[in-house]
Amino acid sequence: MAAIPERVHLTMQVNGEAAPVSSAPYKTLLEVLREDLGLTGTKHGCELGECGACTVLVDGQPVLSCLALALECGGRAIETIEGVQRGPDLHPLQAAFADCGGSQCGYCTPGVIMTAKALLARNPAPTRDQIREATAGNLCRCTGYQQITEAIESAATMLRGERP
Amino acid sequence: MLRLPWFEYRAPSTLAEAVKILAGEGPQAMLVAGGTDLLPNMKRRHQSPKVLVSLKGIAELRKLNGGYGAGLTLAEVVAHAATPSALRQAAAQVATAQIRNMGTLGGNLCLDTRCTYYNQTEEWRKAIDYCLKKDGSVCWVATASKRCVAVSSTDTAPALITLDAKVKLVGPAGEREIPVEALYQNDGIDYLSRKPDEVLSAVVIPSGWRSTYWKLRRRGSFDFPLLGVAAALKMDGDVVTDARIALGAVASRPFRVDKAGHFLKGKRLTDEVIAEAATLVANRAKPMDNTDMDLYWRKEVADDFAGYALKELRGDDMRAVRIRTARYLPG
Amino acid sequence: MNETKKRLDVIGMPRRRVDARSKVTGQLRFADDLALPRMLHAKLLRSPHPHAIVEAVDAEKARQHPSVKLVLTGQDFPVPFGIMPVSVDEYPLARERVRYVGDPVAAVIAVDEQAAVEALALIEVRYQVLRPVSGPQDGLEHPEPRIHDYGEQGNIHRNQAYEFGDVDEALRNADFVAEDLFFYEGNTHLPMEQQASLAFLDQDGKLQISSSTQNPHYLHRQLARVLQVPESRIRVIATPNGGGFGGKCDPGGHEFVVCKAALVLGRPVKIGLTREEVFYVHRGRHPVLLKMKTGVTKEGKLTGMHLQTLLDGGGYGSHGPASTFYTGVLTPVTYHYPRFKFEACRVFTNKPACGPKRGHGTPQPRFGQEVQLDKIAERLGMDPLELRLKNLTKAGDLTASWLRVGSTGLEDCLRKVGEMSSWKAQHGKLEKGRGVGLACSTYMSGAGVAIYWNKMPHSGVQVLLDRSGTVVVYCGATEIGQGSDDVLAAIVAETLGVDTGSVRVVSGDTGITPVDLGSYSSRVTIMAGNAAVQAAERLRASLAAAVCETLGTLPDRVVFSQGKVFAADNAGAGMSFVEAVTMAEAQLGTLSAVGSYSPPKPPGRYKGAGVGPSPAYSFSACVVEAEVDERTGWIHVPKIWIAHDIGRALNPVLARGQVIGGVYMGLSEAMMEEQSFRRLPEKLSGALVHRAPSMLDYKSLTALDMPEVEVALIEDPDPNCPYGAKEVGQGPLLPVMPALANAIFDAVGVRVDEIPVTPDKVLRALEAKAAGKAARVGPESYPSVPYPEPIFVLPPWEGGDGNESRKGGEKRAAAAMV
Repeated sequence: MAAIPERVHLTMQVNGEAAPVSSAPYKTLLEVLREDLGLTGTKHGCELGECGACTVLVDGQPVLSCLALALECGGRAIETIEGVQRGPDLHPLQAAFADCGGSQCGYCTPGVIMTAKALLARNPAPTRDQIREATAGNLCRCTGYQQITEAIESAATMLRGERP
Repeated sequence: MLRLPWFEYRAPSTLAEAVKILAGEGPQAMLVAGGTDLLPNMKRRHQSPKVLVSLKGIAELRKLNGGYGAGLTLAEVVAHAATPSALRQAAAQVATAQIRNMGTLGGNLCLDTRCTYYNQTEEWRKAIDYCLKKDGSVCWVATASKRCVAVSSTDTAPALITLDAKVKLVGPAGEREIPVEALYQNDGIDYLSRKPDEVLSAVVIPSGWRSTYWKLRRRGSFDFPLLGVAAALKMDGDVVTDARIALGAVASRPFRVDKAGHFLKGKRLTDEVIAEAATLVANRAKPMDNTDMDLYWRKEVADDFAGYALKELRGDDMRAVRIRTARYLPG
Repeated sequence: MNETKKRLDVIGMPRRRVDARSKVTGQLRFADDLALPRMLHAKLLRSPHPHAIVEAVDAEKARQHPSVKLVLTGQDFPVPFGIMPVSVDEYPLARERVRYVGDPVAAVIAVDEQAAVEALALIEVRYQVLRPVSGPQDGLEHPEPRIHDYGEQGNIHRNQAYEFGDVDEALRNADFVAEDLFFYEGNTHLPMEQQASLAFLDQDGKLQISSSTQNPHYLHRQLARVLQVPESRIRVIATPNGGGFGGKCDPGGHEFVVCKAALVLGRPVKIGLTREEVFYVHRGRHPVLLKMKTGVTKEGKLTGMHLQTLLDGGGYGSHGPASTFYTGVLTPVTYHYPRFKFEACRVFTNKPACGPKRGHGTPQPRFGQEVQLDKIAERLGMDPLELRLKNLTKAGDLTASWLRVGSTGLEDCLRKVGEMSSWKAQHGKLEKGRGVGLACSTYMSGAGVAIYWNKMPHSGVQVLLDRSGTVVVYCGATEIGQGSDDVLAAIVAETLGVDTGSVRVVSGDTGITPVDLGSYSSRVTIMAGNAAVQAAERLRASLAAAVCETLGTLPDRVVFSQGKVFAADNAGAGMSFVEAVTMAEAQLGTLSAVGSYSPPKPPGRYKGAGVGPSPAYSFSACVVEAEVDERTGWIHVPKIWIAHDIGRALNPVLARGQVIGGVYMGLSEAMMEEQSFRRLPEKLSGALVHRAPSMLDYKSLTALDMPEVEVALIEDPDPNCPYGAKEVGQGPLLPVMPALANAIFDAVGVRVDEIPVTPDKVLRALEAKAAGKAARVGPESYPSVPYPEPIFVLPPWEGGDGNESRKGGEKRAAAAMV
């Protein structure tokens, strides 16, 4: 039987850039992002898939980084909250969360914004119910969700306005 | 941070290779597809496989012709236009959107049975001196029971049972096809008839059923079923010509309620017929105190949920009830 | 306030909070986001027994693990801690006794977390198991073995009684007495962020800890005590909390462990608790059994209340002494009770310690009070809203218990919420299965007394200003998501006439910020806010004095607004704020000012009068709509309306967010949150375990379960508060639970006198009703509790002076004289 390697080497595409990583093989994407790449914007609230705080996009889909094996992410396109900003400017979703009260303590915010970003990519004009459905996998203890829903609605409007 | 234990990772690219690894490594190897069930379990040390055999790289498992590849994600199953209602509704109500983007159809079918005395960390389980399902000798749900009564919590299985679907299992001796119902055994520990060296590769679903799935759970997302009622009918005008009803989350396996199916055959779906069929269904529900909410209440509402399912198949507008109870509208 | 400035530029304007950008970009560093070179990782070994004597800890094998740097046990911590001076009963690691499953016993510090976990398994602990106490009744029935060797008697931690006027007489003279039993199950804060701490020795060899704590000041004091390190050699930085809700108020064992390890090893040591551990740290809502007797006249006037409470305290004191008081003291603030008697008892049990959760001790009696009022209205055939209006306290009133009600907007709240929800058209008039319920509440804008007795200010602020025009505000208050940094920035910006973009807030750092007691008790806006007003006004006065001659006006005629400084009668001329600062710096030298705040002395003078007084109370009124399926008992809440008397909303976006967030948490605990425990069959096992220490099994509402909330902010500035702003962080949670229970009664005519209100309970009540029995589910009996002889105090209107009136004879005589 082969011995378990101390470290594995892989290269992911993180926020559009190649990110070579050498990490312990048991690490999840969450651990590699936070501990090996220093991308601590991705949070964690349970590490068991029960809260949504660690949501990132893998090939455009929102997934739970706490339940994704890092060694299965080689070659995949990973997008985290750190990649959302547009140069020095906030992405419309970020701006809307900031302006509408969508972020209170801010701990669930990165995960919700990633979920919302994927929603708006496939549905630029979601209804409130569709927004609630899409974000129902992200627990928030501060906002009561209403201002999150309003922020996503507002960002959708902004984004549609920006389209040529 | 809860972390996975050490493991050796293998990523075969064909089914044959996967089967070979399983055969070679024996019980110390485990299959992983989406990982949404196994990885939390590993983090809480329910399972500590020496070898993790990933199915992600096997293209055959992601096929969608003649059957549903077991490696399709639940989100893909929901998105597929030809997916029958019951399966779509069941898959769409699993956990959360993120988990449906990761978890697979095969994974949901092979979901480990659950119990509030089992789905806890190693430290917690130590504090109750463990339980029958893992490392202990007593079933704390039913202390006189010799059998583990952990509850089957798959949403898709009852749906597929009503649809008369079959699963394909690939092992060293080749492929075999069995009814979905036959995949399960009423034992919380040994709950699958899949052999350790077999891979569940695909699900074959016949067409022609009008079907639905109703799920009882506390919240609009995250939660495993406390009761799953799947129903499928074939109709000639307003007369039922064939009926299949299955229950989930009320035993260690999902199962079909033959009595209710037979009763419905040849009948019109009047309120009285629905009520009687619903009672027959509910009589088979034997929930235990091993998941969320009061078990007597769960037993009491089983007929209501069976009624909802049949009324919906009759053509009643059940959207308001859906929204109130499941916070979900079939798309 | 500067009389010449009428218009507000910043206060009251909807505005992006000052820390929003860092939150939406993921730049904000929470405690677990911190890392330092050569950092080590700690993990705690926790007790598997609810109650046991620790006979021996053998950590030799763990110490020999190649990746392990240090193992700590109870022997390394001889000094106990406790947030309240009257209950210093806890050790960072258990020394002789463990008191709940999860009580920390040993700690491993290793090169990585994985190795630390492995090494924990190598530690052998020998326990002598003791009988666990599973609940307060069990604790009353089994005084031995005692969980602690201090307390009132047996397993009773706190036991107290107060009587304000002769309540028996008040009940006798009533037309009827409503008597009810209620039970409120415990629940927990469930902040999204799991506690984490990083400790190290700084370049001067001083101990520094960054930690997710709401109260860095109290932690600082406890660290000095436990570690025997001078306070001047410790610096506590409260990292922004990913939600607190009261759960990060107590010092935690893990915080002492990483500090001790950093002191021993000289390396940075970090710990991050798992979600399960957060459930064990707990300090959440006490389960409370209540007995409530209220006298009522035919006209619907309340004559008096006799309230008894029994609290399940868990294994340690924590904030328990205060919590015990809070299950009574705020009850008479919303409505006028001519007489009031209150008895409370907190029992130690072998479960994680309860403590302060949003609303601290008051949601439980408020639930009983507001449901009972609904029943009284029903009995009188009176509209519940009218009944409440009839009994409201008035601004400036004293309660029977000598609390001063300052400003109150409760009447406006009631009228507003009635209007928004079309109360008159809906209550009692909707079709079967649908109903609306009403409830009110109040909460303190900061506790009038500090947790440890002292005469110093409760909050201090320093404002620093220089020629760049940058304003830096230093304050010990902690940003836990509630927006305290934004409050400070807004107040200082408004006072100095700049925008919040020119203000930088440095908060929650005991090494560089003036003392603020912490982010608890809804105290930051009013206390830190008032200190900030004072500091900024002092600075403004300096600036005005420096520039008035140039502006050709008197100092008190200088206006600061929108980055400009000008004479009140010559707004067209003037100078920029930066020019004014430059001029002042040239004349006066470096510019800085401090401000501080101490709450007014409370009117009550009896022993115990310190709990309950506040400089200002907020008020709320809430209507919940509920749909109930009569066949299943299933509950659906489509809409909630709430009006909250906030005094003034400093930033309406945040204020509204706090209100909706409070309503959310209230509804979540009303419907499903339970910190409950399993006692396995005694013959087979001694286990007493948390039923569901996970995010999946501890149920909280998701986006799909949360109804729309319509909010009205009632604004009538309170003179005791900065720019008139009262609290909003806790009050709006409180009326939701009783409003839901009342809505269910309106919908299907059954009472669930118990929280949470779940479908199975509703169905049981419906079945009881159908069987002709009492249409109610709730506690059936109240145990015999050995409450002490009450401290008797005459109400203000019966000739009292706020002191205890010692003799029973004197009490009767004095009462008779009135």
